[in-house]
Amino acid sequence: MPRLVNLHPSRGGALALGALPFLLLIAAYLFGSATRLAENPDDKLLPAPSAMVDTLKSYAIEEDRRSGEILWWLDTGASMKRLLIALGISALVGIVGGLAIGALPLVRSLLGPFVAALAMIPPLAILPILFIVLGLGEVAKIALIVFGVAPCIVRDVSLRAGELPKEQLIKAQTLGASSWLLATRVILPQLWPRLIDALRLTLGSAWLFLIAAEAIASTEGLGYRIFLVRRYLAMDVILPYVIWITLLAYTMDWLLRNTRARLFPWAEAH
Amino acid sequence: MAAVTVKNLWKEYGDQVVLENLNLQIADREFVTLIGASGCGKTTFLRMLLGVEQPTRGQLLIDGQPVPPEPGPDRGIVFQRYSLFPHLSVLENLMLGLEFSGSRWLGKLFGARRRAALEKAESLLEAIGLHTARDKYPSQLSGGMQQRLSIAQSVIREPKILLLDEPFGALDPGITADMHEIILRLWQANRMTIFMITHDLKESFQLGTRLLVFDKRRHDPHAPERYGATVTYDIPLNRKKQAMPAPALTVELAR
Ligand SMILES: Nc1ncnc2c1ncn2[C@@H]1O[C@H](COP(=O)(O)OP(=O)(O)O)[C@@H](O)[C@H]1O
Ligand SMILES: [Mg+2]
Repeated sequence: MPRLVNLHPSRGGALALGALPFLLLIAAYLFGSATRLAENPDDKLLPAPSAMVDTLKSYAIEEDRRSGEILWWLDTGASMKRLLIALGISALVGIVGGLAIGALPLVRSLLGPFVAALAMIPPLAILPILFIVLGLGEVAKIALIVFGVAPCIVRDVSLRAGELPKEQLIKAQTLGASSWLLATRVILPQLWPRLIDALRLTLGSAWLFLIAAEAIASTEGLGYRIFLVRRYLAMDVILPYVIWITLLAYTMDWLLRNTRARLFPWAEAH
Repeated sequence: MAAVTVKNLWKEYGDQVVLENLNLQIADREFVTLIGASGCGKTTFLRMLLGVEQPTRGQLLIDGQPVPPEPGPDRGIVFQRYSLFPHLSVLENLMLGLEFSGSRWLGKLFGARRRAALEKAESLLEAIGLHTARDKYPSQLSGGMQQRLSIAQSVIREPKILLLDEPFGALDPGITADMHEIILRLWQANRMTIFMITHDLKESFQLGTRLLVFDKRRHDPHAPERYGATVTYDIPLNRKKQAMPAPALTVELAR
């Protein structure tokens, strides 16, 4: 009998093992839901899958009677727009700031401690300030996400720039590189993969800040809807929305991972 | 031309004297090999020639001029490791020096100038036996291939001085003969002065035209940092290498 640490599953085995917790969760839900509904057909806590499908239909296919919009896609569009704009701004700030701090000792001295301090401020604590200063519109929500993730990305990317071997930077100078060429041809290209890693790592907090901002002040969005229907204990809406958010987040992560592997094959482990 | 003059050169880090009172006159096109105990200051000497470390006292001159305080294309360097660019293919690593000199803002060449640079890079690749690996990334190369590429990369800008810090120290002994042949060939083709640190005495005799041994003249058993190393043996190696024909790099690269 080999040691447990040397037991590796086959490909199919790995798939089966990976699916197991999901199946267990679904089974537990179905069991709990059926038990509760048998006791009380009006129970709202664990709605039957059929009830969720019905709600899903009315949200995702039929127009809302009051607004004439299809709420599911209205919410998804609004949330994704906020999230993508915020992540785009954060990525831009992250790569430019990370490059400048990582490559130029003068900028590192100037901004390094400041960014480190910024990253320590709990973003939710300044949410009221953002709403007061920027109003309750889109800008404040996007600003919250940017404020929550950009400093971390800047720090991570600049750390990577600082990790590049000194030998490489000296070598580039002996090949005639100016500061500009050193930054654009040697350092920057090696930061892109790390930017993608940093984005993937901050994706979770980006969603967190998005939903928090939408819960507090919004008229549409995935987070807004969840917190709106919470008042009616509408688990048949909340659960599909949560699953949908999870799917969206997972897809974004998967896209980022694939993009990294495709665009920067040299950065993959060999 | 790259004659190196060292006059009363001292290097100290705080209270630690690393090099003391170095005096040398190195002729153009010399192949200088440096050996000495680990930690005695050989790398420090190379780093002063490179311009990343300044002398504490004394003078270090190249062709009568003080060494600039920054690395530059007149002085190439090959480290033991980490001097290739992992995000560039073999060919791109080699082209980089030419692209830096030919394009100040983009660092990329186009059209006829790119073709000329490509031709130069490819014939150099051929010369170091790496043409079949031209599209690989450095991490996909063996240690010996990486060092060959690193040497070629340093030579492509035709530096006056080439500095090598234990370039073969991490390689299998079996492949050093190949490496020696390549470095000698490039040295003869490029009219450069070479400084090479090695810990292999045999190698230092085989390759050099002049051998410098670094060691401490004086020891203070109570304060080992009080005295620095200097050149204790300066041995001319009378080989006929310098008399060999020395075609310019472009000639060597043309075929
Ligand atoms: N930046 C530095 N600061 C302080 N001490 C240093 C520095 N660089 C090298 N030294 C010291 O100088 C001495 C010589 O180092 P080095 O030139 O690397 O030796 P070698 O290359 O001959 O093995 C060592 O004792 C080392 O600790
Ligand atoms: Mg050394």
